[in-house]
Amino acid sequence: MSGLITRRGLIAAGSGLLLGGCDRLSESPGFRSLLSGAEAVHERSQRLIGGHEPLAREFSPADVSPVFRPNGNRGVAGADYERHAAQDFANWTLTVDGLVAKPLALPLAAIQAMPQRRQITRHDCVEGWSAIGVWQGPQLSQILKLAGLLPRARYLVFHCADRFDTRPYYESIDLLDAFHPQTILAWRMNDAPLPVANGAPLRLRVERQLGYKHAKFVQRIEARASLAGLYGGKGGYWEDVGDYAWYAGI
Amino acid sequence: MNEAVDPLASEGGERVHRHRLSTRLWHWLNAVTLALMLMSGLTIFNAHPRLYWGEYGANFDKAWLEIGAVRGEGVLRVGQVTIRTTGLLGVSQGADGAERHKAFPHWATIPSYYDLAIGRRWHLAFAWVLSLSLALYLLWSLVNGHLRRDIHITRREWRPAHVWRDVKAHARLRFPTGVAATRYNVLQKLAYAGVLFGLLPLVIVTGLGMAPGIDAAWPWVTEIWGGRQSARSLHFLAAFGLLGFFVIHVAMVLLSGPFNQVRAMITGWYRLPR
Repeated sequence: MSGLITRRGLIAAGSGLLLGGCDRLSESPGFRSLLSGAEAVHERSQRLIGGHEPLAREFSPADVSPVFRPNGNRGVAGADYERHAAQDFANWTLTVDGLVAKPLALPLAAIQAMPQRRQITRHDCVEGWSAIGVWQGPQLSQILKLAGLLPRARYLVFHCADRFDTRPYYESIDLLDAFHPQTILAWRMNDAPLPVANGAPLRLRVERQLGYKHAKFVQRIEARASLAGLYGGKGGYWEDVGDYAWYAGI
Repeated sequence: MNEAVDPLASEGGERVHRHRLSTRLWHWLNAVTLALMLMSGLTIFNAHPRLYWGEYGANFDKAWLEIGAVRGEGVLRVGQVTIRTTGLLGVSQGADGAERHKAFPHWATIPSYYDLAIGRRWHLAFAWVLSLSLALYLLWSLVNGHLRRDIHITRREWRPAHVWRDVKAHARLRFPTGVAATRYNVLQKLAYAGVLFGLLPLVIVTGLGMAPGIDAAWPWVTEIWGGRQSARSLHFLAAFGLLGFFVIHVAMVLLSGPFNQVRAMITGWYRLPR
């Protein structure tokens, strides 16, 4: 077409108008908080239909992905972590503190000696891909019972060894997910020690939410009354940096 | 659609009340919502422009559809077939004219730049508008008789000879005149019923099937499609089915008197074609 108004031109102009408006709306704090209001609706409606605290589906060994795609940080920079990795994490310690009656410093061996849960579950990334893997570790609830959560505790924050630039990775969940039977601290994947790329030596599995909630390289668990005051206040690295939803059940 | 005109006396030209308020409201709300859903959905697709069948699927697994850039050329691969799509898919120009390697170009996505988090916020907020407005509209259309009177396909209309006659009329671009133009023909009914009871529910339920929280609470929502990645593939296909409907729908409006048609969908009043 050689006229002034071409079909492509019309589409571009029309979509330009719509897009310009949508980009402006995307950046307007008021409209963003309106859109973000849907997050609370997702959380409440999913918690309503999941009031019976259902288990995420578990699969059979035949369903496991041939290769489990690692994502996010695939390792941790620094001599400290390298030393731990060289020692097969024999001296890795998990700290449990914050609003607990008895702060803990659990050696990896102690975590490995606790009663274990093994589950074959599907990992759903926010980007859209999925991988099925075999996970094993103690239920988080056991560790929390050892530490004794104080009544004011509402959230658990997972402080990780990996960093994006200078900021360490961190994530948080509420007590509903913390005490869910499938919420485990996995130190084994596919019946072998958790590889570094997948978060060695310890990663969280919180099976009813998307992958970025499953903190890797977990060093410290902190019980808190609120997420305010934790870095950007939204409860997680991607939540603070990229405005991803804290409730990631959808 | 009300038939206020005596069918025997009409030769066209009269004004009739064609679309109910509920239909008009839902039509425009749904049009805007679908545009936002499709475009924010393409942002989400751009995060991982590969589709799989089954429960799992990631970079190491076999994708049945893939959009990407190979040596600077944009490519779309479906099964064994690879098509060069530079300029549109895989490799395209950004709003600033610079070359961008992304599956769908900036003019097709919300936001126009790549931001998965905000794309998801648009998509998941308007998913409620899409689902609730469809549910209300279907319920109301059942109550007020719209479905029974206007969408229901009668036994006579299902007859192959009748359908074939309608196909031929469409192919020749012969549209009904007079009062016959107030009733949907069988191909129209099939298209509208296909959207109301087929593509829209499919796109909604496959969308829910991708949510890990829903999968835990109601596993059948994911399982009926054969797994989360199958649900994602079907979600994409249903979205493009809706885009296909939109293209044909707009083409039919343009061919059959766009001013009269659009006016009828805004005001409700339609002038019977002569």
